[in-house]
Amino acid sequence: MSRRRPVAMLLLLGALALAAAALAVDPTEMPTPQLQARYVALTHELRCMQCQNETLADSPVQLAADLRAEVRDMLLAGKSDEEIRAFMVARYGDFILFRPRFTARTAWLWLAPGILLLVGAAVLVRVMRQRAALLAGDIEPVEDDGRN
Amino acid sequence: MLPELGQFALILALLLAGLQAFFGIAGPALGRERWMAAVTSAVAGQFVMVATAVGCLVACFVNEDFSVRYVAENSNSALPLFYRVTALWGAHEGSLLLWIQLLAAWTVAVAIGAARLPRRFSARVLGVLGVVSFGFLLFTLATSNPFLRLDPPAGDGNDLNPILQDPALAIHPPILYTGYVGFAVAFAFACAAMLEGRLDQQWARWTRPWTTVAWAFLGCGIALGSFWAYYELGWGGFWFWDPVENASFMPWLVGTALIHSLAVTDKRGLFKSWTLLLAILAFSLSMLGTFLVRSGVLVSVHSFAADPARGIFILVFLALMIGGALALYAWRAPLLRSTAGFEFGARESFLLFNNVLLVVAASTVFAGTLAPLVSDALKLGTVSVGPPYFNPTFMLSMLPLMALLPLGIHAGWKRGHLKDRQRTLLMTLAVAVILAAGVAFGIYSHGALLTPVGTALGIWIILASLVDPIDRWRRRLSLPRSVLGMTIAHCGLGLAVIALTTVQSFTVERDVALAAGASTSVGGYQFRFDGVAPLEGPNYDAIGGTIVVTRAGAPVAVLRPQKRQYWVQHQAITQTSIRMNRGNNLLVALGDDLGAGRWSVRIQIRPLVSLIWLAALVMAIGGVLAASDRRYRSARAAEAPAGVALPGEPAG
Amino acid sequence: MNRFLLPLGAFLLLVVVLAIGIRHAPEKDIIASPLIGKPAPAFSLPDLSDPSRTVRSSDLRGRWYLFNVWGTWCYECRAEHQTLLEVQQAARLPIIGLDWKDDDAQARDWLAQLGNPYERVAVDHVGRTAIDWGVYGAPETFLVSPEGTVVYKLVGPLTQATWTRDILPRLSRQPLPGS
Repeated sequence: MSRRRPVAMLLLLGALALAAAALAVDPTEMPTPQLQARYVALTHELRCMQCQNETLADSPVQLAADLRAEVRDMLLAGKSDEEIRAFMVARYGDFILFRPRFTARTAWLWLAPGILLLVGAAVLVRVMRQRAALLAGDIEPVEDDGRN
Repeated sequence: MLPELGQFALILALLLAGLQAFFGIAGPALGRERWMAAVTSAVAGQFVMVATAVGCLVACFVNEDFSVRYVAENSNSALPLFYRVTALWGAHEGSLLLWIQLLAAWTVAVAIGAARLPRRFSARVLGVLGVVSFGFLLFTLATSNPFLRLDPPAGDGNDLNPILQDPALAIHPPILYTGYVGFAVAFAFACAAMLEGRLDQQWARWTRPWTTVAWAFLGCGIALGSFWAYYELGWGGFWFWDPVENASFMPWLVGTALIHSLAVTDKRGLFKSWTLLLAILAFSLSMLGTFLVRSGVLVSVHSFAADPARGIFILVFLALMIGGALALYAWRAPLLRSTAGFEFGARESFLLFNNVLLVVAASTVFAGTLAPLVSDALKLGTVSVGPPYFNPTFMLSMLPLMALLPLGIHAGWKRGHLKDRQRTLLMTLAVAVILAAGVAFGIYSHGALLTPVGTALGIWIILASLVDPIDRWRRRLSLPRSVLGMTIAHCGLGLAVIALTTVQSFTVERDVALAAGASTSVGGYQFRFDGVAPLEGPNYDAIGGTIVVTRAGAPVAVLRPQKRQYWVQHQAITQTSIRMNRGNNLLVALGDDLGAGRWSVRIQIRPLVSLIWLAALVMAIGGVLAASDRRYRSARAAEAPAGVALPGEPAG
Repeated sequence: MNRFLLPLGAFLLLVVVLAIGIRHAPEKDIIASPLIGKPAPAFSLPDLSDPSRTVRSSDLRGRWYLFNVWGTWCYECRAEHQTLLEVQQAARLPIIGLDWKDDDAQARDWLAQLGNPYERVAVDHVGRTAIDWGVYGAPETFLVSPEGTVVYKLVGPLTQATWTRDILPRLSRQPLPGS
């Protein structure tokens, strides 16, 4: 097995450059903490288009590295977060954003939780009223065995 | 020989499942005693046949039989024995076989436990389980046969996916599936009741332990998956709202609602049709999850190989089975009425809140998970949904639930009598708030508003849960297992809330570029990078880094992250190195070789993250303990009232 | 009876949506390009065969062309290479190549060995042009109109079937130059 070592090591190092490893570490440092925070936030908000369920920050593929470099360059050039998002969307579509925008087409998704809660509340109120009304006629004792 | 034997066993299993289904449903309907008696034999036979098939497949893996396509795709001569065996469920066909095996096991358990149940009812339960088994066996044989041969046989195998070559593979899928599949039992009980046309408090009492145990397993399975993602995938994250994760989380949420709804139906005969619907819904979500991860309709980091043909089969199966159950529901549910009543502040109200909020949460996750699919189907364009959607919307329903939990625990059945508990509740709340403020501002110096709120809620839940049991214990009163189990489970939930809040707020993460010998300081710890060295494993080559961690000069740990290159699949895998120190999880991962001895390194400090999974375990233990309560094994109304320790009888 | 039918109704609706989802499943990996109907992104890059010369998008106006993104490291690009050669012969449609994140010498060897279907090849080492075109995985092929509008995008290797079914009809809507 020791004969394989040097070849294996070369293959390993070579493959690592292109490999679909499970992790990307991004040691980019921006000149100010604010820019750093914005950089981290943006790269976590954008989707890697090649490994589609990973963020730009975590994806190890070359495309992700290129796009991270774009984000960095745009931040250094003084662009706003919205401009950077618009840049990405213009080229890759809405799919590159992990946070769906609030548009006419996605309104149902964002409003759904609130609407569901309201429906739930309505159901709650109705049932509780019904049962409270039945209370007077309900003389059956509750089984008490000391348990829930 | 073995693969043929295995395939033959599966065919026999299919036939036996068919008989089980037929005898189980037609027997009671037509009043045939002999048919009903035959059901248990069919159950036993099916189990033996499925086990035989599993055994054959395991043998094929162990013997490195690369003429079997599934073995060739998922194994390799250099693969260690442990992984050759666990590779059984490493891909679609084998994991389906695991599903079927666990379903057969649950069915046997139900057959044994149902000995006390009325004959017709238990036959129906087993019959419905037989229908499910039949569907899955047919699916396997028709579209996903693990025993297909390669001609000519492969010289060597393709190796198991390197990400799966981890001890967690041995336990995560079996435990997860045990839970997933276990909801079929509640479903079967529900269908049996609908077929019979009768659903009463006794039915709820029979159904409760089965459902709670399945729920406990599912919770553990999810936690294991999360833990695995944390240390294996190298990002230090533990939940991504990935469609496959959501597919297991939704049944768990609905399952939680179900076990609470069953409590109300058991105790007071209320919410009958609602409980029925929840039982159908929980299993439907399990089935839906199976569909989503195997049909290619959703994009995910860990869905199985996509195949639309399989998707169609499962969809048809789903439509027939769930559609049938819901049709039964539409027919029978109107007959289930009760005239019991309760006050606004009664326990029933709080359990109703519990159900509504959990179902809203599950629906929200459902909407987010299926949004890309729906949007595409309705031609609304592509929409992309991720944590920025799920996190806030999930918390929207969960926070109120956490706040109401302590109140619900102290509310009495039928009439809440919460006024009597006011002092206790306020005192525990005050203590919780003080402790939370201490944690948020004392130990850590920063944080969002959410942190003290979340921590306070978690602590309040724990304190409120412990009040009554401690009181009973001090007065030497008996503490039934169901109460003890409930207390433990709720405490587990409180721990989870504390852990999640803390982790969200106080994680520190930095990616840095380090040369050999260089140090960096993160979160109060110093990390010194001592360079890398080549290593060799059983079927991989690796580069191992050494990172020495100190705190204020004192040594803390030596972390050894690796980057592995597996020989066969040429996939590079990051192995993180994790140590616990003073409640913090220190995680280090190697990034890329930046040349000249410099490497990029990820350092992450997560306080209390292990508490999350510990909390999940505590919840599961509580559930199983509660399910083992004596009352589930004895007839109703034949027990001495608790609160009195009878002489000679052990307390609890 | 009415309201108890709701769950069944909602479920059947879901089944329909999922069925539609399955029908679209093979295209799941393909994200619709936002560039369709928009002007082709401008670029100005070195020519592979002679880096002192430049390939400019502005030079390409006035005729239909295929813009094909490839690299020697890309397995599927090799698979589609034969089809590209055939298409170029048969249709006399100019194909402009974008050599993405590649080694120049290797790329030249590759074309010498396998044949060169490209009228010109632009070299993108940095990746900026690929990003401008919304490229996320080679091979990708774009069809650009004489006005400079992106009319169609294909993700994945070009096949005769795709050429005949998707690209040719779009060309036929306007007469090819010289015909």
